[in-house]
Amino acid sequence: MMNEIFRLVGNATGETLVMVFASTLFSLLLGLPLGIILCVTGPEEQGGIISKPLLNNVMGRIVNVLRSFPFIILMILLFPLSRIIVGTSIGTVATIVPLSIAAAPFVARIIESALKEVDPGVVQAARAMGSTPMQIILKVLLPEAMPALVSGVTLTIINLIGYSAMAGAIGGGGLGDLAIRYGYQRFRPDVMFFSVVVILILVECIQLIGNTLSARLMAKR
Amino acid sequence: MHITLKKLHRAYGSLHAVHDISLEIPSNTIYGVIGRSGAGKSTLVRLISLLERPDSGEILFNQNRVDMLDKDELIAQRRRIGMIFQNFNLFSSRSAAKNIAYPLEIAGKDTSFINKRVAELLDMVALAGRGNAPISTLSGGQKQRVAIARALANNPDILFCDEATSALDPQTTRSILDLIRELQQKMNLSVVMITHQMEVVRDACEYVAVLDNGSVVEEGKVVEVFASPKSTTTKEFLANLAPLSQPYEERTKGMVRWSNEGGNYTLRFRGNATGEPVLSRIQKRFEVEFNIRAGGVQHVGNEDVGTLICDIIGEPVEVQKAVASLRESGVLVEEDLA
Repeated sequence: MMNEIFRLVGNATGETLVMVFASTLFSLLLGLPLGIILCVTGPEEQGGIISKPLLNNVMGRIVNVLRSFPFIILMILLFPLSRIIVGTSIGTVATIVPLSIAAAPFVARIIESALKEVDPGVVQAARAMGSTPMQIILKVLLPEAMPALVSGVTLTIINLIGYSAMAGAIGGGGLGDLAIRYGYQRFRPDVMFFSVVVILILVECIQLIGNTLSARLMAKR
Repeated sequence: MHITLKKLHRAYGSLHAVHDISLEIPSNTIYGVIGRSGAGKSTLVRLISLLERPDSGEILFNQNRVDMLDKDELIAQRRRIGMIFQNFNLFSSRSAAKNIAYPLEIAGKDTSFINKRVAELLDMVALAGRGNAPISTLSGGQKQRVAIARALANNPDILFCDEATSALDPQTTRSILDLIRELQQKMNLSVVMITHQMEVVRDACEYVAVLDNGSVVEEGKVVEVFASPKSTTTKEFLANLAPLSQPYEERTKGMVRWSNEGGNYTLRFRGNATGEPVLSRIQKRFEVEFNIRAGGVQHVGNEDVGTLICDIIGEPVEVQKAVASLRESGVLVEEDLA
């Protein structure tokens, strides 16, 4: 009995971790450049080193539209894309596609706001010294914003744990899927209980690691 | 580097931040630009440090136009300019040494050269051995020293100081000004100091331009402007000259002292004022007496100026009149009413 629960929960935890970490990676790959562009094309007094109001406005709108989509609907809309990219729309691997894309606009905003927090005076100093825009991004904005960026990534991972549980409901596997299929549909509250406990532990661990990293970065300053 | 500004204009909407400013800033001097907040100082410094383009007018460095440069030329030109700020604007993600290394890094210098140069620069600003310190552990004065080292890392021709001492206490201000003066001579820099503190102009600058409402209302050699200010703005700045919050011993350096206690007034005589019996005339005209504590010759804005430290004794109204009359006759009066 307990063995069965451990096996079920163990497998599902593995699936959740794969989903969460792969989609964190891909959403960062998509969201980081987006966030940087959103920041540097924005208003000059907030790190907008190559201010492009029109581009900034259009991109901002697109990001907002994507962010206001209910996740579950976005997932269903993105299933055809999963089929094109990974060949199937069912299973843990297939879920990574909609998860990454759904989280990307969120990541973009988080990166943007972290970069905007960088002291405009420091950016001005870097410009006055003759930095190219690329040098400002790589050597000033990103390093100066690092503690906020780490917090942002932590938040993203935790959000993705939540999203991945929802993804489970439509065939993605993982802890959310387990909780619904066993706990809810087969009346196994014990399975549901353990699934939720593992999710809680995951969230706590990630938050702890994120906070520690961020605090360490701050302590060095 | 000789800087020429010709009829500079810069407006933000309907606000004329800089209005028809023409200045000649000679090379190898310290040039002060003084004005109240909102007088257009920050805009002017953004224009001449090439962070912003003027709406019209010209900026020339050694007779070459620099306000129309394209992107790459602009970046190259900015690397020939050093700049320090009121809030230091250091990179908090970098140590003191790494801050100083930044301009060398972006200019593509190799690591061994950078390390050598950074050590030199740390030594130059009296911070040898503090290279690994995180910025937050440094005092205001130390931060500004790091900023100066960073600004001078690439051996620039020009150093802009944008309210560089406004966040510092008087003692630190003096040490930073001394450092800037020393480096200016050592490196043949043209220094432009933007400030709202007349003390900074008095203690460090050779020339001064007074800004009001986006225009230059007065300019010239510091000693001349101090001795015979023409515009009301200048006169107001001089009237509010902050007390010299420095020990009496320092204040009277090189002077003859009659008393071990300082007086509340510092009178500076120059040019015409030295040829006339100003004090006795005023003593006759108003109900005041002068009690002279110390006197001698002091160095102001690269010129020798006769200085008297004294008390003015009498009814407050009479003292005020006497001070006004002193100023009229070309004597610079610094009041220390603390």
